[in-house]
Amino acid sequence: MTRGPLTIALVGNPNAGKSALFNAMTGARQKIANYPGVTVERKAGRLILASGEPAELLDLPGSYSLDPTSPDEAVTRDVVMGRQEGQKRPDALIVVLDANNLEQHLVFAQEVIALGLPTVVALNMVDLAARDGLVIDARALEQALGVPVVETVAVRRRGHIDLTTVLGKTIDKHPSEPPLPVHVDMVERRVSARAMAKAAILSETRTRRLHRGLDKVLLHPWAGPVILFAMLFVVFQAVFAWATPFADGLEAIVGALSDAVKANMPAGLLRDALTEGVLAGVGSVVVFLPQIVVLFFFILVMEATGYMARAAFLMDRMMASVGLSGRSFIPLLSSFACAIPGIMATRSIADAKDRLTTILIAPLMTCSARLPVYAVIIAAFIPARTVGLGVGLQGLVLFALYVAGILGAMLVALVLRRSVTKGQASGFIMELPRYQWPLLKDVAIGLWQRAWIFLRRAGTIIFTVTVVLWLLLSFPQARPGESQIDASFAGKLANGLAVVVEPIGFNRDMALALIPAMAAREVAVSSLATTYAVAAEDEEAAAEALGPKLARDWTLPMALSFLAWFVFAPQCLSTIAVAKRETNGWKWPAFMLAYLFALAYIAAGATFWIATAAGL
Amino acid sequence: MTNLADRPLGSAVRVTSVAWDKLESGEARRLHALGVDVGAVLKLAHRGIFAGRDPLAVEVGRMTVALRREHALAIMVEDAGDEAVHPAGIPPQGDAQ
Repeated sequence: MTRGPLTIALVGNPNAGKSALFNAMTGARQKIANYPGVTVERKAGRLILASGEPAELLDLPGSYSLDPTSPDEAVTRDVVMGRQEGQKRPDALIVVLDANNLEQHLVFAQEVIALGLPTVVALNMVDLAARDGLVIDARALEQALGVPVVETVAVRRRGHIDLTTVLGKTIDKHPSEPPLPVHVDMVERRVSARAMAKAAILSETRTRRLHRGLDKVLLHPWAGPVILFAMLFVVFQAVFAWATPFADGLEAIVGALSDAVKANMPAGLLRDALTEGVLAGVGSVVVFLPQIVVLFFFILVMEATGYMARAAFLMDRMMASVGLSGRSFIPLLSSFACAIPGIMATRSIADAKDRLTTILIAPLMTCSARLPVYAVIIAAFIPARTVGLGVGLQGLVLFALYVAGILGAMLVALVLRRSVTKGQASGFIMELPRYQWPLLKDVAIGLWQRAWIFLRRAGTIIFTVTVVLWLLLSFPQARPGESQIDASFAGKLANGLAVVVEPIGFNRDMALALIPAMAAREVAVSSLATTYAVAAEDEEAAAEALGPKLARDWTLPMALSFLAWFVFAPQCLSTIAVAKRETNGWKWPAFMLAYLFALAYIAAGATFWIATAAGL
Repeated sequence: MTNLADRPLGSAVRVTSVAWDKLESGEARRLHALGVDVGAVLKLAHRGIFAGRDPLAVEVGRMTVALRREHALAIMVEDAGDEAVHPAGIPPQGDAQ
């Protein structure tokens, strides 16, 4: 008998250890996409059953019941019921239970089992349960639920082999017409969940000392926030300190490649296209990979340990004051690395207005793509001296730019929640998961996925734009005695834009940098570098660092205005594209573009005129 | 009988009634799914930062759930003595072993 490749879905309560189990069962061979028409992530991987048969394993969003309260939960319900567009109904289900929280997780488990699909229960995290003094009789649970129960520990292979073996048998033995489910409501399921848990737990200790002790400190009304901010401070320090050697290394590799091309190719347009266009452009973006990896490392560890939910708890009061909830904290924190994963992380926000507001302000968080712009300008214009107490002026300016972004976001949220995204005050109901030691494998897989998304973006959009820009800058070719920039298409485009941005202090080179920087902010740096490299007469001048050239060509108010522009300007096509996907239309991304450009124009103009008036 | 929001930290309380109609329906369903219902024994574990009264962390069975003060105000409770913390659905006397 032959059948198509089987689809098996993992379902369970949030924090049941579903994703760790999924990672353990599928390894790094995962495909992440979206379910068509909705903005919920579809995670799938390949699994080989004990019979040698390949199957597709789906990791469904964590749910508390089949009566959804968020778009994520709605997808879980629709997939298991076979109602999700473009997704075949799973042939079998694996219900993941946290062994430490049976009476809660058994409620949803019963609801899922009642669907009548071939089902196996994975009694997960039995190792942690044992550590907490819980002894569970899996056979008693099996009898009560009427489906096979397999004990699993995400890091141990043994349980997964048992799971796939039992799964294969269950699918084969499953009657083609399962008995009709009996209608049972949630209260009844809760009563039986409690009874089942009681019967299955052979012994338990009452307290979870570690968990409670940690919460006592980390959620302490005074110490908690101090610890959170200290931790965030360390994270941001590490983002710069740890990433620098790797970024320097990547830069050196790109430089060496560029030198190798120059040494081995005859001088000409093609060589220039490779060195000045491709390598200079993509190189200036790829150097950010280390920072993104370091930041995501911390975010993933905070998520895996369960601390992220505590951070949301601590930040809820503050977020509530601008009409948001603690849930927005995680997406906004991610946006400090990149607004794209940040906006995608808003999916966990149940309230639609809340989510929309968070999406709209996410681009105001200082993402790492702004750093190269800030770094180049600050290094060129702000003197490297201290302002007392060992605080450097350059660092202070950088800090001020971050704060400007955060304050801007808070103000915008406040205004939006009273106008375009007006609605009921958003609530905050969230499970605070048990603390856990993070698994290296899960963090590694998460990091790999993030790094890959970023590289793909750098490799496609940014690559294309850099090359197009180089073409615009190089053609038509200048006649003898004419500057290449003035002759080029880009120069003519910039002439038009320069008129618009002249009142806020921008010169034509700056206007020119804004055009390709629509692809991504960091391209402004490579574009400035390309502009100045192209304008340079000889190789030595081109090899000179960009900073001194800017310091020679721009005034301080111009530089400050350029910085202020980048705090607000939505110079990132990928963010706009993600916002379009996440809000299902052009209305909100168009609004986002308009309000952010308006803010950027006002902020840059104000900065320029105030700085000029102050005689800087 | 008082509301959950004003209970002292650390005391076990039994839910006597929930004003579901005062809660937004999605939030009501989520609270219900997390085991907050009449008969449930809860424990107020933490209160918000910097002497703030918001949000609250409540132990429901082996879970800790964060919720806002506005939700807790809709949950009426009575003293549950030394009873173990567990979600709704079991008659209180059945817990004695």
